[in-house]
Amino acid sequence: MADASRKVEINCKVNGEARTLQVYPMARLLDVLREELRLTGTKEGCGEGECGACSVLIDNVLVNSCLVPVLQAEGAEIKTIEGIASGEQLHAVQEAFIACGGAQCGICTPGMVIAAVNLLERTPNPSEADIRTGLAGNLCRCTGYMKIFEAVVRACQKQNSEARIQNPE
Amino acid sequence: MQTIGRPVPRKEGRDKVTGQARYVDDLIFPEMLYGATVRSAVARGRIKKISFEGNIPWDEFTIVTAKDIPGENCVALILLDQPYLADEFINHPEEPILLLAHPDKHLLEEARRNVQLEIEPLPAIFTLEDSLNRKEIIWGEDNLFKSYKVEKGNVDEVWQSADFIIEGEYETGAQEQLYIENNGVIAIASPEDGVTVWGSMQCPYYVHKALLKLFGLPEDKIRVVQVETGGGFGGKEEYPSMIAGHAALLSWKSGRPVKIVYDRAEDMASTTKRHPSWTKHRTAVSRDGKLLGMEIDFVIDGGAYATLSAVVLSRGTIHAAGPYSCPNVRIKSRAVATNAPPHGEERFAESNKTSRQKKGMGFASFMHGAGFTGSGEKYLESVVGAEATADGRVRILAASTEIGQGTNTIFAQIAAEALRLDYDSIEVAKPDTGAVPNSGPTVASRTCMIVGKLVESAVLGLKQTLSGSGLLKENYTQEDFRQACRSYIEQHGALKSYSKYKAPPGINWDDEKYEGDAYGAYAWAVYVAEVTIDTVTYEARVDDFVAVQEVGKVIHPILAAGQIEGGVAQAIGYTLFENVVWKDGRMINNQMTNYIIPTAADIPPIRVFFEENPYAYGPAGAKGIGELPMDGAAPAILNAIENATGASINHIPLMPESLIEALGGESG
Ligand code: FES
Ligand code: FES
Repeated sequence: MADASRKVEINCKVNGEARTLQVYPMARLLDVLREELRLTGTKEGCGEGECGACSVLIDNVLVNSCLVPVLQAEGAEIKTIEGIASGEQLHAVQEAFIACGGAQCGICTPGMVIAAVNLLERTPNPSEADIRTGLAGNLCRCTGYMKIFEAVVRACQKQNSEARIQNPE
Repeated sequence: MQTIGRPVPRKEGRDKVTGQARYVDDLIFPEMLYGATVRSAVARGRIKKISFEGNIPWDEFTIVTAKDIPGENCVALILLDQPYLADEFINHPEEPILLLAHPDKHLLEEARRNVQLEIEPLPAIFTLEDSLNRKEIIWGEDNLFKSYKVEKGNVDEVWQSADFIIEGEYETGAQEQLYIENNGVIAIASPEDGVTVWGSMQCPYYVHKALLKLFGLPEDKIRVVQVETGGGFGGKEEYPSMIAGHAALLSWKSGRPVKIVYDRAEDMASTTKRHPSWTKHRTAVSRDGKLLGMEIDFVIDGGAYATLSAVVLSRGTIHAAGPYSCPNVRIKSRAVATNAPPHGEERFAESNKTSRQKKGMGFASFMHGAGFTGSGEKYLESVVGAEATADGRVRILAASTEIGQGTNTIFAQIAAEALRLDYDSIEVAKPDTGAVPNSGPTVASRTCMIVGKLVESAVLGLKQTLSGSGLLKENYTQEDFRQACRSYIEQHGALKSYSKYKAPPGINWDDEKYEGDAYGAYAWAVYVAEVTIDTVTYEARVDDFVAVQEVGKVIHPILAAGQIEGGVAQAIGYTLFENVVWKDGRMINNQMTNYIIPTAADIPPIRVFFEENPYAYGPAGAKGIGELPMDGAAPAILNAIENATGASINHIPLMPESLIEALGGESG
């Protein structure tokens, strides 16, 4: 049994980079990312699994990092908003959020972008209902969601047309 | 190159989508402590004793009480009635009493729980009726923060001649703004260097004014900097003065930087909410459908301290009669005190009810005044500056904050258009009271129309200076402008221009009689909602929503539509789900788990249309937009529900329980 009051060593990959962390086993993954690794793009909105501002991918599964004890990250591959663009090249979802006005105050945006990226990976041609349910775990108080839906559709079209160019019939 | 009316990319868009934008909780200063607030659990009482219990190394903590305040113990706003820290008397639950700071967050939380407060309870009041009936006097001599009266024509005479008289009482609940970023600040303060605060806020100069009083320092010793702010909606208008003062007091005593960031439960329980309200309308109508007279009684619950209730009440009073022409009007309005945490500004809402017979569909027509009410703008005397650099870039200097609504982007568009320069060559300075003039608070739908106009004239001032010195000809290119700036700066030094608010001609307001032009311009709108009522679960669902508005020239079509969509979504929440549950003056569902806001799955298609009718005194013809959508969505939805069910609903939020009652149905 791990003793919660003693730091342990955790090995994981964060945005493609191998990391060894000395952390309290029950520390929230959210705090470890923000405070130990200074990856502050992942936000805290509620700390109770309701808002999705803290969304990250663990082995390509969308999770609320405020509910994940860091112990569960052992051996896992974690992706945060900082790992979504490839260098200077933004991800299609990020470009679409800028073009469509999907970010207003921006505090929900990192989580929303992660959720949208994950949705398009799972469902390359989502219906409107798929988009709504796929993003229902991420609250946004500014946009009323319309511009976010538009951004997902635009990103999806762009990805599909790029896929066609790469793999012509 | 035309910029206005085009969807240029949002200035901070890239930082926001990549997670690079830095909000206050993302900042860490060397040697920084964390701060926490010990609050009252009772609604009204007298502090008897404070003791420090538990197995806590208390000597490691910085502890601040009212006795440590160097200046005056009041949050300077309109009145000076609210203390930073209760000294003896408690007037609402969650009232701050004592502050703690420590380097370890977790120990800090434990310490907070181990401060024992002994408070002798006093009788408290929680409802508008008890306050109006003066069951207890808890504020001033009569519990009345403010009242207004408006008289037009002769209301008393219309009732006999009216063909119909329609009466109704309407109630709205409190609403939590629920910005996704909680309130937070970092402060560094010392007697030698003064006070600097970085924080999430709408109005840096409000915080500046409050800190001047709290510390009794000269103006240049207080500096307030807004950092990226994760939503405000009126909820970060006055409250940041409180939390900024708290962090600064802890820093002043400890000599180290102090960060206070609330968690969600603390933010929801203790910060300001939209005022609950009660309104009684009595309307006289003629057989041919003309409005003959209206008598309106409007009361809002301001909570325990005055804060901005007078401003909210004034706006409500002026909007109460709606966009209708009516010869005889009497409006009486009051803001009263209860022992609840003070209520603050929020995108305002007012129910002007009209109905239309079509099943499941309802509409509302309404207006919203842009800018401060009455003489407000005259007293504010807002100033905006513009500065050109030697490489031909222009910086806008204003204290108006970007809180998601697009201030940075539209200011840059307005400047680019006025100077005929590239959008990318315009920057907007961070609001920092040490570096930008006071362009007034970011509230009241005033940023685009009022401050935007000042941006336009400030940058035109740069151009005039350049052409006046013979450096710039009438038709110039971006490159000509750059060279002119360079030569000017080489010859004369810095190139800056400032512009100060002047009321447009013909706009007059009488503060005494409450008569005249309350606003320079109004935005007008008609909203239509289609609803479905589930007669088994009694849930109301909005299926489709159309919002048509006239807001003058639209500066940025995507941002403008986004403002409307966001406001409509908030209003749908306000009408159908968002129920603040009170117990003894305290919000008890202060979590996102049990205070429900709309998700992506709850929102209908919101279809937004603009009519553009340029306003001569707005920048490029624009008016204000921000608060407009909150005004109309609730009445449109309630009318749709009435249309669908025949039940006339006079209060929001309309939870399924109340719909069951209204329809005379049975639950279960
Ligand atoms: S902070 Fe994790 S879900 Fe809200
Ligand atoms: S953009 Fe502000 S909460 Fe989503």
